[in-house]
Amino acid sequence: MIGLQILVDGFAISALYALGAMGFTLIFGVSGVLNLSHGALMVTAAVAAWAASAQYGFGSYAGAAIGVVCGLLGALVTYFAVVAPIERSKAIPRAEKEIFILTGTLLWGIMIQQLVAYFYTDNPKTVLPLIEGVVELAGVRTPRNEWFTALVCWVVIALLWAFVNKARAGKVLLAASMNPRGVTLLGHDMGRIYIAVWAIYGLLAGIAGVLLGMFLGVSSYSVGPLTASAFSIVVLGGLGSVTGSLIAAYVVGYLETATAYLVSPAYRVIPALLLLVAVMYLRPQGFLGRR
Amino acid sequence: MSLIPARFILIALPILVAAALLPLGVSGYILGLLTIAYYFAVFSMAWDLLFGFAGEVNFGPTFLIGLGAYGAGILNNRYGLDIPLCLLAGTALAVIGGLALAVPALKLSGPYFGLVTLVAVLLLQNLIVVFSDLTGGEIGLTVPDVISIDADTNYWIALGFMTVSGLILTAISRSPAGLILQAAGQDPVVAGALGFNVAKHKIAAFAVSAAFSGLAGGLIVFYMGTASVGTLIDTSVGVQIIIAAVLGGRRTIVGGALGAVFLIAAGELLRPLGSLSTFVVSAAALAVILFVPTGLLGLASFRRAS
Repeated sequence: MIGLQILVDGFAISALYALGAMGFTLIFGVSGVLNLSHGALMVTAAVAAWAASAQYGFGSYAGAAIGVVCGLLGALVTYFAVVAPIERSKAIPRAEKEIFILTGTLLWGIMIQQLVAYFYTDNPKTVLPLIEGVVELAGVRTPRNEWFTALVCWVVIALLWAFVNKARAGKVLLAASMNPRGVTLLGHDMGRIYIAVWAIYGLLAGIAGVLLGMFLGVSSYSVGPLTASAFSIVVLGGLGSVTGSLIAAYVVGYLETATAYLVSPAYRVIPALLLLVAVMYLRPQGFLGRR
Repeated sequence: MSLIPARFILIALPILVAAALLPLGVSGYILGLLTIAYYFAVFSMAWDLLFGFAGEVNFGPTFLIGLGAYGAGILNNRYGLDIPLCLLAGTALAVIGGLALAVPALKLSGPYFGLVTLVAVLLLQNLIVVFSDLTGGEIGLTVPDVISIDADTNYWIALGFMTVSGLILTAISRSPAGLILQAAGQDPVVAGALGFNVAKHKIAAFAVSAAFSGLAGGLIVFYMGTASVGTLIDTSVGVQIIIAAVLGGRRTIVGGALGAVFLIAAGELLRPLGSLSTFVVSAAALAVILFVPTGLLGLASFRRAS
């Protein structure tokens, strides 16, 4: 029974991890930016959805939509207020842009975290799930919402895949991640591509945040761990590789779930961290990295 | 080029003398704050040696600090060893930790290495909670011995330690080895092509940074009488150290000390704002990054040069 329980819970958690990490890896692939305010944006979306439905009386569907929109706006503000100024700054040497963007987005994430804590306290918040009820499968009872979470994650991931590989606009993004100079020569404005990527990222982070809020709940303390888990999954899978991130999300998700059920919830994250260190020592480019 | 520039001594000496005379006229509360600030100053200066000079994005300064603090604290708590021996052992443990970080640092570039350091902190944090019978877990570790119960003595020890650390780290950063380190941090390929041993210099930088971080971590434990994950190891503490170094000016060493004192003072002045105080401090640091990327000290020296 516990095997099936791990299989089901791990599947939902991993799907959520995968969706959370997807936008993170997309941004890195296209613009080379590691956004350390990622967790803060997810928490913003979740808390906005919670506040809209529980405090201001919007329905749970409207609340979820407001949350996703807040994630989108948060990502665009992050790009225009923090990342773009650093990229354009003449005072920062080219070789050091990466370090400055890492530090800048880290500080930005802390600012968001503190604002959320100030206006909505740092208590954990659970967004009202869109779907209620319990599913019973061979003696294992799981909330219907858990299945819904996994389903939405996979639908969104599939849509993203179809967009990047089939749609014309998506193919431009894919090309930009491979060869920005070539894309510019073909007459595409990199500036507009970056804005499009950040908008897609914001939608993904917003959806992931709202789903996380419904499934596990969030608080302002989740900011750091969320960023760290997306960062780990993306590096484990290979920076910029979307398929790699998917595989890594499932490895980490199942490793954590199995540890929590079979050993002790206190040890939950340790095996995943050890795996990450081992991969960094032995195969620094990750599972499917292109380096 | 002398290791410690004369101009530097001219500016720093009066400030240090004034700081040393502070216990004559200020309350014990302010002395206590400054004592903590001075130890944080050492954390920031040691971090700047790695980040500013060796070019390593180290998100885990608290990994090295935690090793020094808990190494020293556990020996004192469990086996009742004398404070100097505990400090020595804690420092040695931190250096070993620093060398363990140096190995991946030589193989990995920017963000990858940054993640390893972050993971090191998270692992240490988890291990301390798991082995709670040895470490005190989430509640914290209490040490039976403290350096002194006199606020003035503690203050002077911290000030002296910060001054000596600052002098040594500045001298290292301005020595020929420091210049090679800086070159290796900015362009390891060219530095290697010029015949410099990049690996050796980076490993040495990690060892030195770890030694100062670990020793300061040990000292702060024997000042406060306790060590806990929340005050010494949590990633938010690491972020404070990073903010201090960036605010003061990276690649200056002393900037870290100024930033740390400024940060602790600002935290105290902004206390009425409650949880918004961290927001204001982070916003200030972000503004510095966006508008004055060289930091406050860098701004001053740039003005002088032009």
